[in-house]
Amino acid sequence: MSLRGKTAIVGIHEYESRFAPNVSINQIKAECFREALEDAGLTKDDVDGICTAGEGFGAVDLCEYLNVHPHYVDSTQTGGSSFVVHAAHAATAIDAGRCNVVAIMYGSTAKSRGVAIGTGGAGLQAEAPEQYEGGVHGTTTVGVYAQTARRHMEEYGTTSEQLAAIAVSTRKWAATNPFAVMRDPIAIEDVVNSRMVSDPLHLLDCCLQTDGGGCVIVTSAARAKDLKKKPVYILGMGEAVGHWDAGRRDVTTVAAQWSGQDAFKMAGVERKDIKLAMLYDSFTITVLVTLEDLGFCKKGEGGPFVSDGKLEPGGKLPLNTDGGGLSSNHPGMRGIFTMLEATRQVRGERGEAQIPNCDLAVAHGTGGTISHRHGTGTLVLSSHT
Amino acid sequence: MTTQQPQQPQQPQPYKKPLPVLEPETRPFWEAAARREYMLKRCSSCKQFHYPPQNVCPHCLSSNTVWIRGSGYGKVYSYTITYQGGGPGYAEEVPFVLGIIELDEGVRVWSNVVGIDPKEVKVGMVVEAVFENVAGQGIAIPRFRPRPQKKA
Ligand SMILES: [Zn+2]
Repeated sequence: MSLRGKTAIVGIHEYESRFAPNVSINQIKAECFREALEDAGLTKDDVDGICTAGEGFGAVDLCEYLNVHPHYVDSTQTGGSSFVVHAAHAATAIDAGRCNVVAIMYGSTAKSRGVAIGTGGAGLQAEAPEQYEGGVHGTTTVGVYAQTARRHMEEYGTTSEQLAAIAVSTRKWAATNPFAVMRDPIAIEDVVNSRMVSDPLHLLDCCLQTDGGGCVIVTSAARAKDLKKKPVYILGMGEAVGHWDAGRRDVTTVAAQWSGQDAFKMAGVERKDIKLAMLYDSFTITVLVTLEDLGFCKKGEGGPFVSDGKLEPGGKLPLNTDGGGLSSNHPGMRGIFTMLEATRQVRGERGEAQIPNCDLAVAHGTGGTISHRHGTGTLVLSSHT
Repeated sequence: MTTQQPQQPQQPQPYKKPLPVLEPETRPFWEAAARREYMLKRCSSCKQFHYPPQNVCPHCLSSNTVWIRGSGYGKVYSYTITYQGGGPGYAEEVPFVLGIIELDEGVRVWSNVVGIDPKEVKVGMVVEAVFENVAGQGIAIPRFRPRPQKKA
């Protein structure tokens, strides 16, 4: 039996502050949980599943902070895609009768603690395989993404200006989000003239570094009907892992090719019918290869695809309408925000930034490093089953 | 190739970059690197090379993997010029080149491109392994530099 439309997102909350030096990670999670319950019209006692990823003992630590004893826990760690993967797992567990209401939480104080997410270097690495590729060679996160960008440019003629178009359109959307960190308009030249961080990626090709968090509550489609907000049904889901392929890695492709295929197949919808793409944007190149590998365009055609304005307000494929990681927030593992904004858009709650008739959206997380080890999660979300 | 390594001037300051922490599965690679040999793992069962080196073959799961001295020759598959960060030792030396090298044995490996102005590095450039000695540690870090081409 397919899981198509069996579950729905019924409650959400996004932590508003992007700089929170005086709170703990668990506090961010717990406050987002409380607000998401209110959004859904549920109480803490209704929740029997807890998912989180990030630090320490994962969901176990969080259960103590929340003082809950769930029937289902998931601390699956696939980096920034974890929360999207949690939603897929939650949908599966709910449909199987293991639990009824699952809360997925994220919190981070990366900004206020001064964690160098992208450029910090990998440090000492005892275990293979990190030992061969990490700190001993001065590897940085942005550098690993830059290797994908360089190879993509070499194979397909992709340009810095094409990558910049993604940053520019995302900034236009950020102007509609009062909580977004960067809201002033930018042009292509601003991006390509910003300082180089790791060639060919410029500063404005890179995501922000912020604090933040959020909560997503998932339950059965049947239960969702009686709750406060319009259900946002999960029509399709997929998860996948990309890695070094024993030394044969093609760095221009990402695991989105598999997680996306599974999600679209389950949903039974066409790419052309998608009204909103919420795709993890750690860097501009992340979006470009993800669009290709999710099947919105052919491999290698991402450059021209993103350069005609289709991602901007009023365009054919609005992308990251909250301002994304490039302009709104990026606390380190951003996947949850793709679900939060997709839910707001499908519900019709985005005011001036509302996409007309936004009945079908994709929320896609990417965790780890795209030219290397990474995990992806893809959801197809809809206002109807 | 490794034997052509020129004498490196003694660096007055200590090596600040991270060092590998040798463990049973990786020690032979680093011991060979100290002898200026670039080692690869090949499976005796399925006959394929793989990278990074593992005791269990990632192709067929055989435990019959053996160390083979690689040619140390390859081409730049991709690279980035790091202008910011890179951790201790590296951050002070920006810009430097992090690169993926496709070795002649067919596997892509992680390293740095050295011995050339970073802006001159190109995808497809023919390179060879060189080994940077870490003073007093008995360890050498393999990197790659442009390989001199034979004159026609
Ligand atoms: Zn084998």
